[in-house]
Amino acid sequence: MHDLQPLTALGGVSAQVDSFEHITITENDGLALASVAARLGYEKACHKTLRKLLGAAPGPGEAVLHDPEAGFWMGPDQWMIEAPRATHELLAATLGGLFGTSASVTEQSGAWVCFDVTGPTMPDLCERICAVPIRKMTAGDAQRTMIHQLGCFVIRRQATDHIRILGPRASAGSLHHALVTAAHSVA
Amino acid sequence: MTQVNRLTGGQIDRDTTCNFTFDGKAYSGHPGDTLASALLANGVRLMGRSFKYHRPRGVLTAGSEEPNALVELRGGARQEPNTRTTTTELYDGLFARSQNRLGSLKFDLLAINDRFSNFLTAGFYYKTFMWPAAFWEKVYEPIIRNAAGLGSLSLKDDPDVYDKGFLHCDLLIIGAGPAGLMAALTAGRAGADVILADEDFVLGGRLNSETLIVGDETGADWATKVIAELAGLPNVRIMPRTTVIGAFDHGIYGAVERVSDHLHTPDAGKPRQILWRLYTKQTILAAGAIERPIAFENNDRPGIMLASALRTYANRFAVTADKRVAIFTNNDDGHRTAADLHAKGVKISAVVDVRPDAPRSMDYEVLHGEIVDTKGRLGLTFAEVKLADGNRRTLECGALGMSGGWNPNVHMTCHQRGRPVWNADIAAFVPGADLPAGMVVAGAANGDLSTAGALRSGALAAKQILGLKGRLPKMPEAEDAPVNLKPFWYVEGCSRAWLDQQNDVTVKDVKLSYQEGFRSVEHLKRYTTLGMATDQGKTSNMGGLAIMAELAGKTIPEVGTTIFRPPYTPTAIGVLGGRHRGQDFHPKRLTPSHTWATEQGAVFVEVGNWLRAQWFPRAGETTWRESVDREVLATRKSVGVCDVTTLGKVDVQGTDAAAFLNKIYCNGFALLAVGKTRYGLMLREDGIAMDDGTAARLAEDHFVVTTTTANALPVYRHMEFVRQCLYPDMDVQLISTTEAWAQYAVAGPNSRKLLSKIVDQDLSNEAFPFMACANITICGGLRARLFRISFSGELAYEIAVPTAYGDALMRRIIEAGAEFDVTPYGTEALGVMRIEKGHAAGNELNGTTTALNLGMGRMVSKKKDSIGSTLSEREGLNGEGQLHQVGIKPVDPNDAIPAGAHLISAGLPVDAEHDQGYITSACYSPNLGHAIAIGFLKDGAHRMGETMQLVSPLTRVHVDVEITSAHFIDPEGARLRA
Repeated sequence: MHDLQPLTALGGVSAQVDSFEHITITENDGLALASVAARLGYEKACHKTLRKLLGAAPGPGEAVLHDPEAGFWMGPDQWMIEAPRATHELLAATLGGLFGTSASVTEQSGAWVCFDVTGPTMPDLCERICAVPIRKMTAGDAQRTMIHQLGCFVIRRQATDHIRILGPRASAGSLHHALVTAAHSVA
Repeated sequence: MTQVNRLTGGQIDRDTTCNFTFDGKAYSGHPGDTLASALLANGVRLMGRSFKYHRPRGVLTAGSEEPNALVELRGGARQEPNTRTTTTELYDGLFARSQNRLGSLKFDLLAINDRFSNFLTAGFYYKTFMWPAAFWEKVYEPIIRNAAGLGSLSLKDDPDVYDKGFLHCDLLIIGAGPAGLMAALTAGRAGADVILADEDFVLGGRLNSETLIVGDETGADWATKVIAELAGLPNVRIMPRTTVIGAFDHGIYGAVERVSDHLHTPDAGKPRQILWRLYTKQTILAAGAIERPIAFENNDRPGIMLASALRTYANRFAVTADKRVAIFTNNDDGHRTAADLHAKGVKISAVVDVRPDAPRSMDYEVLHGEIVDTKGRLGLTFAEVKLADGNRRTLECGALGMSGGWNPNVHMTCHQRGRPVWNADIAAFVPGADLPAGMVVAGAANGDLSTAGALRSGALAAKQILGLKGRLPKMPEAEDAPVNLKPFWYVEGCSRAWLDQQNDVTVKDVKLSYQEGFRSVEHLKRYTTLGMATDQGKTSNMGGLAIMAELAGKTIPEVGTTIFRPPYTPTAIGVLGGRHRGQDFHPKRLTPSHTWATEQGAVFVEVGNWLRAQWFPRAGETTWRESVDREVLATRKSVGVCDVTTLGKVDVQGTDAAAFLNKIYCNGFALLAVGKTRYGLMLREDGIAMDDGTAARLAEDHFVVTTTTANALPVYRHMEFVRQCLYPDMDVQLISTTEAWAQYAVAGPNSRKLLSKIVDQDLSNEAFPFMACANITICGGLRARLFRISFSGELAYEIAVPTAYGDALMRRIIEAGAEFDVTPYGTEALGVMRIEKGHAAGNELNGTTTALNLGMGRMVSKKKDSIGSTLSEREGLNGEGQLHQVGIKPVDPNDAIPAGAHLISAGLPVDAEHDQGYITSACYSPNLGHAIAIGFLKDGAHRMGETMQLVSPLTRVHVDVEITSAHFIDPEGARLRA
């Protein structure tokens, strides 16, 4: 077993939490991520495997919030799968085995920073940072958008006041700053 | 005595007092006042000086169309010039100063300009400032710069913060007057998602300025009632203090919400203003109308304003501009002002009406005639009337209301190049047929100038736009007076009669423009600057083009209007910038070793959005050269480590992955063995080199492609385009993994020894030869990737781990390398070493060079088709005299070589005609002890050893250099393959 310690996207030993009166921004360091892209001619087989894995194959603008794995649509026949890192650190390898020759799988865990934004003013904060129609989104909606010039995914989770934001990991600090600044604005 | 001009009533809170200062003098007003109404209440009519002639000016309007009464609001770093007093909400502690005067408002030294008015007419600057030429830069320009512009900046950083925001709705309603409120009510009750925006701080539009009845209550009370109902609807979002500034593409509107401008100071952490992007399916423009002035001699004195403004000040703000008021009108609406003011006890000197059949009054004189002149330099005192029968009268008055009719506010209908059309019934332009997608117009903005008309058209617009079924609910009763107007634009014989009061454009200027041949309305605008000030000609465009029409013998619609453009009203640059200022101007991308590098005291450089360590200074080093030289020597002597995470990584998989790479690279990849890496050159379709990198084959159907840092995005985009559009039948999938893996170069003779302490697998030359690649594990089982590739020319590897482990890996490399004096090196040392080896980089792949220029002509495989292959064979890129990449070194080892310098043959003149090539990359080589460079030279491959002139005329460099191979160090590559 190796002894190298991972850091969170914000560079800490543990995840960062920023609490305001009506909103909380929590860095989520617990995700393993992998991309799945159907190979040519294997689209149906891929959808079938996804249904077995998640319960359904996410369509455009959709996430399937299964447990422990969840997935959302990234492009035509392309999805991101997430699972708890504690139990699924080798997610990409596992999925590679599961999909076999029907899909191309890559490890994405290192490419993303994840923030869970929760609280009653979450829609107000969303309106300050990106163009997703947050008040029309329901649990399981997943949109690609720009937050302060960063390409991000915004996923509406199960609880009515919870969204999950995935952004590029190298800009975790900039994205975090944007979220905290917006939280101050709408507080 | 304060507030001498207060009247009864109004929508001000008399129980609270706001103290404020204007030009150092203290005054008081009430919440609900604007700065303009409060100043008028205190008897202040003189509020500014005009731009060119420095004539004393007062407030002309009561709205955002104000051209004259512009002040510098607030002091210190928050000082803001050109703030309209008419839209500034009064608050306690407000501080304002007049602008555009030398001295004081009363004694402006630059008022002398008015005496030289004959020389300062329209376009005077095209006819002057020509001679002598020597005066242009030294005399005329400083004078003009000093005189130009209104107001001044504090030149301090803006301490306020501004937000951006994004809202979605089914229906956007612009304007909350009677039409907008009725539309919002209709749509809101039907359940539509509505945004109702109004620039004012009190909604209701003209209903707050008039004494007209709606149903069985005042218009103002009716508005309050409707707003309360709308506020209770969860599907309606009311946005006061929000100016919709423009109709942009795809149904997106821009709006500026003034969150804190009505407060002395914004609350901590709160934005001063927000720039909203409104995404709407449909829009109702209910922006109302703006009254027109009339042009007559000296019609710009303080106290002369729009008749409707006098009414607004009286009814909404409980203020009269003066105790004695006269009216000059061409329509029935002007009389309303006289009636309302008279009802509040103001003396009406007379109503002067150009129509013979004007309505009479029992309470004041109505005269048939025209105003031909006025008196009162710092404030109106008298108005001269020429009666229809030829007699003259002098009216004593301190305020004069002009009413020339109403212009529907069509601006937003024209932001997408629509043109308004002429409506002769109301003698005004109304929206044309070409509206922005999804927009309809209602109320006065559409030419429906009565209250009943506005209410009805607002409800109808909402019904139609949302496709609501059934009848409209019964409208409350309101006045429905027809427009009774005689078109009248200016008094015959006037010359110093103002049209554009902000840019000081007179009737005389329009006539001059016509006389000098500038006849099109577009030329009229630019030659005279009519309509080009911050008010965009809201109270002047119409008058100007009406006069031009008369001069040209055309109708007004034949002359037409100029284009209206966003923003509707002046918009702070700060709100357009939002949070993207200073450190936050663009996002930062930090490498996985950034924290560690900061601890080492690294100096960072911006590479796009990335911060990369440029060099790592050590104690005692005073120049960057010392650090860089040390890093280079130490790496070539023992081992160095450099973060190369920023280079693009594209994961390429699929059964056709190799075939796909064969298409995008000019050299061959189909036969690359699993476990091997190859250098690849990508060409553009026109045969020019686009980017270079490597492709590592980790499995039959799995490659990792690397790109340069700068081209990561363009190459990925190119690859996706090729995949989706050029070869959609290939089975290949792509995804960027640039940020997913931390990647470090470990280079130098001891690099294998160092890495063997970390990597679990065998790293001998036999097990892991030059250009090998593999999935490996490190430190007892962490998944990683290893590539034996070298940019430095040393025995070298690149090792990659999932990013979260990047920091730990760097620290482990430093720990393991301590016994080898492992040296962290940055981008400068990286650059020196690749120049020493003659490796091409972005400087050489500069968008004009081909594989042949780079010395890689034979790499373009003719055994397969690839992008750029065919056009790389064209005549112009081949044959004699082509540029070849070469090395350059100075003849005198003490000479420096600047990049960008040009090569001229020995003995020939230094000019463009004799230019033989140029330097692309240059540095000092600590290994060789002198400067070295790479560059392109005509037929360079055959000119080894030639001595040439190296010149940089602008920076006065002229030295002798020798052409050599670009591979200065270890040209055989023995160190690489160790």
